[in-house]
Amino acid sequence: MEKLKFLLAGNPNVGKSTVFNHLTGMKQHVGNWPGKTVELKSGGFTFDNYDIEIIDLPGNYSLTPYSVEEQVSRDAIIHEDNDAVINVIDAENIQRNLYLTLQIMETGANTILCVNMLNYAEEAGFKIDVKKLEKTLGIPVVVVDAREGIGLDDLIKTSIKAAKNPSDNSSKLTYGFELDDHISEVIRLFPNLKIGTAPKSWIAVKLLEGDDEVLDLAEKSPDKENLRKVTEIRKHLEGIFDANVDDAFIDARYGEIESVMKQCVEKPKGDKVTITDRIDRIVTNKYLGLPIFLLIVFLIFEITYTIGAPFQDLIDEGWGILCGWLLEIFGEGLVSSLLINGVIGGVGGVLTFLPIIFILFFLLSLVEDIGYLARAAFVIDRVMYKLMGLSGKSFIPMILGLGCGVTGIMSTRTLSNESDRISTMLAIPFISCSARVPIYALFTAAFFSDPFTQSVVTFALYILGMIVAIIVAKVLKSSVFADEAAPFIMELPPYRIPTLKSAVLHMWERGFLFIKKAGTIILGTSVLVWLLANLPPGVEYGSINSIIGIVGNWVAPIFEPLGFGFWQAAVALVFGIMAKEIVVSTFGTLFTISEDDQEGITGVLGQMFTPLSAISFMVFTLLYVPCFAALAAIKEESNSWKWMLLSVAICCGVAYLLSLIVYQGGLLLGFS
Amino acid sequence: MAKTVDDLIPGETGIVKQHRVKGTLGKHLREMGLVNGTPIKLERKAPLGYPVEIRIQGFSLALRKEEAQAIELE
Repeated sequence: MEKLKFLLAGNPNVGKSTVFNHLTGMKQHVGNWPGKTVELKSGGFTFDNYDIEIIDLPGNYSLTPYSVEEQVSRDAIIHEDNDAVINVIDAENIQRNLYLTLQIMETGANTILCVNMLNYAEEAGFKIDVKKLEKTLGIPVVVVDAREGIGLDDLIKTSIKAAKNPSDNSSKLTYGFELDDHISEVIRLFPNLKIGTAPKSWIAVKLLEGDDEVLDLAEKSPDKENLRKVTEIRKHLEGIFDANVDDAFIDARYGEIESVMKQCVEKPKGDKVTITDRIDRIVTNKYLGLPIFLLIVFLIFEITYTIGAPFQDLIDEGWGILCGWLLEIFGEGLVSSLLINGVIGGVGGVLTFLPIIFILFFLLSLVEDIGYLARAAFVIDRVMYKLMGLSGKSFIPMILGLGCGVTGIMSTRTLSNESDRISTMLAIPFISCSARVPIYALFTAAFFSDPFTQSVVTFALYILGMIVAIIVAKVLKSSVFADEAAPFIMELPPYRIPTLKSAVLHMWERGFLFIKKAGTIILGTSVLVWLLANLPPGVEYGSINSIIGIVGNWVAPIFEPLGFGFWQAAVALVFGIMAKEIVVSTFGTLFTISEDDQEGITGVLGQMFTPLSAISFMVFTLLYVPCFAALAAIKEESNSWKWMLLSVAICCGVAYLLSLIVYQGGLLLGFS
Repeated sequence: MAKTVDDLIPGETGIVKQHRVKGTLGKHLREMGLVNGTPIKLERKAPLGYPVEIRIQGFSLALRKEEAQAIELE
């Protein structure tokens, strides 16, 4: 079978993913572009004896590399071997969509135009002459209805045909007499400059536009002294157009689009009130907008965690049964201990997150496909921007962090730029997730008899977590990402009826990815912790004689200024990295008290902690390193160890500092 | 002071004269069709006043205060 490779390009919200899902079905591979936080989706299928690989490029408005996403798309089109680039456009937005089309054609790519949602456009009063469009642009045009899967066979047939007869469409483009003339001049200045599969005219346009990457390459070429002449031409053109040369090119492209539109498209007359308009009048209403937003966020949160919880318990019970069963087979010994405490204790605990991840991504995908996610960001943007310098889109991941940081971190995929994604991701671990609740419950019950004080302390911890999250996000945005102007360009797409298929696929993809990637890191670390707790051979699990106990004893003095400088606390904190709630059971294990014997644990804690050091300890557990699952999620989503390690460093630093302030400050104020 | 998008009332339309949105964002907006001479309509404002929703080239876009003030109208 012959192999073909197609790239799928297009603006955001044009139904590109729907086309991709229809073509590839479950045969998708989701990962990251090498070294980038940008998602790489590829998939394969066979068609008429062809083995077709298809790569879904990020949704872009242009190919000018302002962001990582655009860089990735441009590199793929120019440098990645491909047989055709399928450009999906939204018929209703044809004018703006054609801008990307022209830029793709400029790269000399073998382009096929795929017109989606023509029915919506026609309803809105557009008339598009497809045959004429094909002739005017000089590239094949196929009409599809991606939602229904209509026209996709035709699209692939046309693409195969085009792949057999590739054509460079860049020569048909014109930028007007003045620019065209100077493009030819620049081509002559750099006869030896070659960049991927791009034609000479593209290189010339980029040199005139002042594209950094292409200028760098020109600097290294044998004709580098000619760059001076390019600068002169740029000056000359700036004088003529009274604008930057790149702006002149943008205007020229829109000029060309205008002429294409005149020949092929009849635009609707007047402004009709659309359904989208009517919905927006309500959901972004001055008085109703915020309540509706809060209600929807609350519903997502409630549905995710209330429906998810019984399934979590079920999985937990399943592990319990499995543990009992393993104990019967292997008896009490090293093997059963490894399986129960190491493997199931770590990985099993993490797998209980699966139900909530599935439900959450199903819901988020629905809300995004409908079009509400953009409105939610629109409504809350001002708050997020003022508070943390983030966009409104960061709100939902942060709120989800209250339930479980892992889901929050994974949902940062909905954010459109890298600096927002990373800042949000690193802020989420400070938001108090539900796994911390057992710790608060145990400690507040042990040290504060009055239920009101218990609530106040717990509430104060939640607020502290949020304040730290806000400060961390703000500091990251204004330091690490200070140079990166985070463009807030958010389209408010028309509302659409979502498809079940897309939501289910999305849910499956995220869940599966979580099992696969997070699972490996978590398994490794859990087994490592188990080994440390069991070595040297013969010691009691996690006792002071085990490596973990020795290390705990050794590092304990570090925690002295925080009020809990004893080895048991240090060991509990190490185990707590597997999952925060393990801190509670560890105290039980270390004092050989059954986990259910609340009074026993409380009594022991009373001997070791004072109310003040208990608060200090809770502050520390709130803020220090999130669990392995959250760390694995950060590693996975940011696609780099660097951000994960930075997260660990920030968490430890902040936790230590604040606990120190709480404890020493409390002592100074006369508390104990 | 030139009239800007920020001065429009919801439902009102103006014509882009020039925009002074800096850097990446400015280029982006231009590439999305915010070129000189384009009609631009202020559709509505967010409940907290900003961002605002504008309509250009047949689609809707959210803009923050700074950007809305940087787009000058004829």
